[in-house]
Amino acid sequence: MDWGSIIESLFRGLIGESFIVFALAAIGLNLHFGYTGLLNFGQAVFMAAGAYGLAMMVATIGPAANRNFGWDLSESTLFWLGIFVGVVVFPVVFALIMGIPTLRLRADYLAIVTIAVAEIFRIVVRSPTPSIKKWTNSSDGLTGFSGTFYDMSPFSTQDRYLFNLFTGNQMFLVIVGWGVLAIGATICWLLIRSPWGRVLKAIREDEDAARSLGKNAYSYKMQALILGGVFGAVGGMIRAIGFSVAQPDNFITDVTFFVWVALILGGAGKVLAPIVGASLVYGLLNFSDTFLREGVAAEVIPESIMTGTQVGQVRFMLMGLGLALLAAFRPQGIFGNKEEMALDDR
Amino acid sequence: MTGNDFDDELKDALIPDAGPHAGPATHSSDMSVITSDKIAGVDPQAARAALADVPWEPGAKKPDPILVADHVVRRFGGLTAVDADHVEIQRGVITALIGPNGAGKTTFFNLLTNFDTPDEGTRVFDGHNIDKVPAHKIANYGMVRTFQLTKALSKMTVIENMKLGATGQKGESLWRSVLPFMWKNQEREIEARADALLDRFKLSHMRDEFAGTMSGGQRKLLEMARALMVEPSMVMLDEPMAGVNPALTQSLLGHVTGLRDAGMTVLFVEHDMDMVQEISDWVIVMAEGRIIAEGPPASIGQNQAVVDAYLGTHHHSALDLEAEL
Repeated sequence: MDWGSIIESLFRGLIGESFIVFALAAIGLNLHFGYTGLLNFGQAVFMAAGAYGLAMMVATIGPAANRNFGWDLSESTLFWLGIFVGVVVFPVVFALIMGIPTLRLRADYLAIVTIAVAEIFRIVVRSPTPSIKKWTNSSDGLTGFSGTFYDMSPFSTQDRYLFNLFTGNQMFLVIVGWGVLAIGATICWLLIRSPWGRVLKAIREDEDAARSLGKNAYSYKMQALILGGVFGAVGGMIRAIGFSVAQPDNFITDVTFFVWVALILGGAGKVLAPIVGASLVYGLLNFSDTFLREGVAAEVIPESIMTGTQVGQVRFMLMGLGLALLAAFRPQGIFGNKEEMALDDR
Repeated sequence: MTGNDFDDELKDALIPDAGPHAGPATHSSDMSVITSDKIAGVDPQAARAALADVPWEPGAKKPDPILVADHVVRRFGGLTAVDADHVEIQRGVITALIGPNGAGKTTFFNLLTNFDTPDEGTRVFDGHNIDKVPAHKIANYGMVRTFQLTKALSKMTVIENMKLGATGQKGESLWRSVLPFMWKNQEREIEARADALLDRFKLSHMRDEFAGTMSGGQRKLLEMARALMVEPSMVMLDEPMAGVNPALTQSLLGHVTGLRDAGMTVLFVEHDMDMVQEISDWVIVMAEGRIIAEGPPASIGQNQAVVDAYLGTHHHSALDLEAEL
């Protein structure tokens, strides 16, 4: 067995691109669920919003505007516009669509609407109908929007960096990603220890109590939904830039549940939880994947137990087992406080 | 601790706060001056004395009402839960709202605090029509409520619970929240005020504990103290004695009368008749959604309508039946 590649794979999971993407999305979900008590089962749509906001601006909407209005916006201008659209415009629109009808109602209504909006968006985007396909390119997805980003990279595309873990482009993405993650986590930390964060926690504990003390619960829930969505969009955008493609099936419901796994593993309602949770989830997934593959290849694991093609499924079984153990032995997550979790409002 | 000492203590704690009462950003400035003068200037003795001339009848006009409800009707499908013709709550006194189970007390209470919307009727609080005002804005007008099932925010510490109550906090805006220098000074003032109140309510030792670890009675005290962080002119208590350990009852009663003596108006819903008799200045009785009687606590026990409501209108019909047989 090649332990070198197993270790490399482990570290790529712990600190690599997937970790950054899911940590950002989980920070958003932590604002939703951990602090405000909003049940969002559609975090993937906010991630898709970030990816498609950027990709469509650069690849379809921008060029179409140039053609039709005689503008001359360069690709890099469109890239920065796309970042704005993907990080601000799209997530705000989605949050308003989800929030306006449901945030006055009980928490479960939002849960249903978020999962529905996420799936509707994905299915519409992958539609082969020509009038939609010309904007989103159906299931093949949009490409050709990440050039401006990688052009800024100071790293050589020929070399590998950080103990051979990353190519030059990956290294650039990962460094930018860490920076964004650090800024995001700091903002989240500042928000949560402010009076604003106090109101969110009060709403999570009891909306009516917050209202009786003069807090506009509806407005705060909407702010939290939008802000958490923005974090998800930043994550989704990094995912799309990393793959150099915005594809609908990169934002399936499973993605939402991985974000949840990362958050629950870390411990909802703790600032560091999403970051450590996402790191562990992807570290363990990568590790088990490479470990099993190497094991099968080296015939340490006999074919009667599993074949190389089954590894992909088996690692998710292991993840499920891990979650079951977590729920049984440490339901509060890594950073959670058992006493706090045991407090019941009765 | 004698009652008087206690009252003085509470006044010391509350009047300087009640004085500024500049919280209501929604007030026009002249309104807030009037309100604050009245809070600081309300003479509970005089307010109580003024009730002597009020007739003992449902819908009686009060000399200085802070809250007036007119023709308030609330229906749930075919059931009319509340149909209150006219109610006035005198400023500066303690008013009890009582009635048998299912009389519509809590529904009426929710309508008065805008936590529920009536199908018909108008409500005026302290000169403001509150019919179209969302529940969260009522607190800015100076009315604050508590809940029958105490809403201590379990996974927040006691001091966090308290600080939440302050209105007009700069740091509660999303933009300012990430710039701590914008709100740090105000936060310090709020914390000092919260600590002073915790001290009065003898909860200082729980300051940094999660509110969820408190006993039922302590939660009631916390909820009341938290409500005072709003600097209200009127405090609405929904069953303040429910689930309270008898040892805490006296202290809780002391706190409620303390609110009145500090110039606040108190309206409470209660089942505990001892509490009603002991501390209320005026009693409003509801039955089947209507106001059936009003008067000082001593008058209520003799009121035929009240006796009928509690024991059933036909409690003497058995005699008639015997006579007929």
